[in-house]
Amino acid sequence: MIIKYSIQRLLMIIPVSLSISVFIFLIVHMLPGDPIDNLIRVGSSPADRIALIAKYGLDQSLFKQYIIWIGRIFTGDFGDAIVLRRPVADLIGQNLPYSLQLGALAFAFSSIVGLILGITAWAARNSWVEQVVKGFILLGSTVPGFWLALLMILLFSVTLGWFPVSGAKTWSSIVLPVLTIGFGGIALVARVTRVALLDVAREDFITLLHAKGLSRPVILFRHLLPHALLPVVTILALRIGWILGGAVTVEFVFGRPGLGSLLIRALGQRDYPVVQGCLLMLALAVMLGTLIGDITQAAMDPRIREASK
Amino acid sequence: MIAAISNSGFGRAFSTPLGVIAGGFLILLVVVALFAPWITPFDIALQDLDNRNTAPAWPHLMGTDEFGRDVLSRVIYGARTSLSVSATAIGISVTVGMILGAAAGYFGGMFERAVMTVVDLTWSFPDILIALIFVAILGPGLTSTMFAIAIAYLAQFTRLTRAQIVRLKQETFVEATINLGASPIHIVFRHLLPNALAPVIVVAMLAIGDGIVLEATLGFFGLGAQPPTPSWGAMMSSGTAQLFIAPWVIILPGVAIAITVIAVNLFGDELVRALDIRDRLRGS
Repeated sequence: MIIKYSIQRLLMIIPVSLSISVFIFLIVHMLPGDPIDNLIRVGSSPADRIALIAKYGLDQSLFKQYIIWIGRIFTGDFGDAIVLRRPVADLIGQNLPYSLQLGALAFAFSSIVGLILGITAWAARNSWVEQVVKGFILLGSTVPGFWLALLMILLFSVTLGWFPVSGAKTWSSIVLPVLTIGFGGIALVARVTRVALLDVAREDFITLLHAKGLSRPVILFRHLLPHALLPVVTILALRIGWILGGAVTVEFVFGRPGLGSLLIRALGQRDYPVVQGCLLMLALAVMLGTLIGDITQAAMDPRIREASK
Repeated sequence: MIAAISNSGFGRAFSTPLGVIAGGFLILLVVVALFAPWITPFDIALQDLDNRNTAPAWPHLMGTDEFGRDVLSRVIYGARTSLSVSATAIGISVTVGMILGAAAGYFGGMFERAVMTVVDLTWSFPDILIALIFVAILGPGLTSTMFAIAIAYLAQFTRLTRAQIVRLKQETFVEATINLGASPIHIVFRHLLPNALAPVIVVAMLAIGDGIVLEATLGFFGLGAQPPTPSWGAMMSSGTAQLFIAPWVIILPGVAIAITVIAVNLFGDELVRALDIRDRLRGS
């Protein structure tokens, strides 16, 4: 049953990714400026320019350019970066591990701490503990990421000298970026967990369990959490893509290599193939996240499996 | 006017201490932004090269930046930039989003599917990525920042309005109006949209907070407000070079953003409570 649902869901990826690829292709071609301008040497003739345009296939019709681009991607060829003059696949391959490492750590950190905080706030409802967690949630979901990153540098790198200011040379350089991205993530996960628990706790079957005389921990871990985790899992899966996107600012402030810093640099240089490649990777990450979320949800909740039949 | 506000339900947001503090702060902020030229202690462009990077003290209550300009005055003017850019952007977003959402919800069918597919596509991307792409297309500056923010939050209002319209369409009074032979325009504008308005206004208010953060982030990347225009994000961007010698140039505009966005969120929560629309916000 779950396998059938998963296959259905996987097949849906194909039209969605095709439309995303058209979208990204068109958007990138709307970017103003011409990458050839960045490439051409001063004093070269119009003929040189035409030769360059032909070399990168920019003289073909948009449709043809798209077909060529998408056809090559299936063979793992993202084209060549026009300004950086290297295969885009290489650039992505070089930067992706940094983003994945940062993303995975930030994801694990924010999920675990967020869940614990959310459960604590619910268990300690109507006490000062709940107020503290609610205050933290408010702070975490409002403070701009880049500002938090700067404050972290000021406090932990400049004043205390515990961690390096920037770069990705030592293992300790990842601590501050993870904390920065994690801060907002913890707030989100804690908020969703707390609200979900409050919702489920209001249902009749929970009242019945209390009446039956079950202990509070048993009710919380055996009955409340499995239900409350559904929306949390959705949010967590959606966050896989969001973390990679949110890392853009943080990678920039901490001067870390990664998909985000690559994208920002390429946007500045109007390096179409690199921008396309980065956006495609980020889009794939977002889709993969949604897919994982949907399948986990279906595995956890029979109602969703039945509805899709 | 005051009576109208207090009767509409929006006024009830001021019935708790939290609502008064958050709402009062926001009103104060708007007043300060409007009357910035009369309030600022110093000229925002006045460079005092003998007093560069001085720490907060009298007469520069928030210190000075790398050109000896008064940080407090620039933070006050920054409120003007941030609030007006974010509010205008969300205004555009709400208008376009409501039209798209209402049309999708009312007409349904292929049109609804097409609109919602595109909307859901942008919805799944982080707002900063969408904004970055559109600023890249339109070029840096405040106008493109405005459009980028408007596009980044468009999905939210389209989804919310559509969900409201779909729900309202099933109500008896709407069916009655349709059977009486009213035109679609009449039904949408006279009956559906007015009833869908309250949740949209509250979400718009919260989105202004997100818009302020997004504007600051773009400004920080150097893609938003261009110097010498004072903007909270742009101030921090030029302040990073002085991070070690003049941290107040970065800390204080950030505090301004944080307090403003927190006030927006607290007041938004009070509005949700006052208008009793928590369930309607969930449906989208």
